[in-house]
Amino acid sequence: METSEQVLSPEEQFQARIDADIRIEPKDWMPDAYRKTLIRQISQHAHSELVGMLPEGNWITRAPSLKRKSILLAKVQDEAGHGLYLYSAAETLGTTRDQMLADLHSGKAKYSSIFNYPTLSWADMGCVGWLVDGAAILNQVPLCRTSYGPYARAMVRVCKEESFHQRQGFEIMQTLCEGAPEQKAMAQEALNRWWWPTLMMFGPKDADSPNTEQSMKWRIKRFTNDELRQKFVDMMVPQAEFLGLTVPDEKVKWNEERQAYDFGEVNWDEFWAVVKGNGLCNHERLQARVSAHDEGAWVREAALAHAAKRAAKEAVAA
Amino acid sequence: MTQQEWPLWEVFIRSKQGLDHKHVGSLHAADAAMAVQNARDVYTRRLEGVSIWVVESKHIHASNPDDAEAFFDPAADKVYRHPTFYEVPDSIKHM
Ligand SMILES: [Fe+2]
Ligand SMILES: [Fe+2]
Repeated sequence: METSEQVLSPEEQFQARIDADIRIEPKDWMPDAYRKTLIRQISQHAHSELVGMLPEGNWITRAPSLKRKSILLAKVQDEAGHGLYLYSAAETLGTTRDQMLADLHSGKAKYSSIFNYPTLSWADMGCVGWLVDGAAILNQVPLCRTSYGPYARAMVRVCKEESFHQRQGFEIMQTLCEGAPEQKAMAQEALNRWWWPTLMMFGPKDADSPNTEQSMKWRIKRFTNDELRQKFVDMMVPQAEFLGLTVPDEKVKWNEERQAYDFGEVNWDEFWAVVKGNGLCNHERLQARVSAHDEGAWVREAALAHAAKRAAKEAVAA
Repeated sequence: MTQQEWPLWEVFIRSKQGLDHKHVGSLHAADAAMAVQNARDVYTRRLEGVSIWVVESKHIHASNPDDAEAFFDPAADKVYRHPTFYEVPDSIKHM
């Protein structure tokens, strides 16, 4: 008999499976805190996909060509899909869609702060795709190997769709940068506004992120916030150079010794202010979500009534 | 406010003729017709499928992970069920 198995507590057995890279599935035993952490993280991620549609939706009617309009529509539709994949993954942990939406609408649940910044010009659609989706990809690719099966599978699907988002954003930037001086200035102005908020997307510094250690141990997270932020800077600075744009940080400088870029400090006061609800668009975004939900209530009710009526008719016919 | 959530459906997609339908995820819909429609919009935006099945989640019965050992281990010691268990003389071809 395997005596070692008999002395392991459920927590230890669980951790042993994680350490062996065996995925956890919905009906498997898991510590309460693991379940709670996942519900919080996955639903927060789902909310970000959902709210993330709003700043881009703002430009669908004003896209400069039919091609750009079609692309933007397709991208926004993808984000709705991402939200759905993620809500479904969270539901396997025992929460409900209604509960998650209620938490979003009451302000109890968070979503990515990046979407609390306004999209003021067409170049912002370029920056959102290139930088924001670029940062999202860096966050999401390691999540394809996260320890919870349904979350990992949802992320595989999301990541497949995400790279088109980044490329179309880069293409918008490239087109502007190769255009008239005014267009290039518009691209630079957008980069100036989006650079720092994008760096904030990776979350607080490791020293101020107390949950990271446990999440790494459970393999929910595979890299720390600072590691991902560094990767992002290393990836983006050369791309900005290619475009002929300058990232708005005088401290950005290649460090030969570290084989990485040095860069300046994020304004953490601004970060926490936006997280706490005081960003430029927090109120507007949440309001748009709540009214979309409330104004759609009659559709949800009517669909249920219609389904019930049809089911009753079929029962009579049978 | 809606008091009742739309039921949950599991979605299965046949990616091309000749292959099995494979579970791809789930969604909420008021009835089966809407579930198929939504599955089309959510799971086949890039030609991922040629056929869709939807099954209301409550109709799926699953094996219990706590029984996994008792349930699946009996297959572990029956190596004779695999062709590699048998030694075929080198001179024998086509077996
Ligand atoms: Fe997305
Ligand atoms: Fe995206």
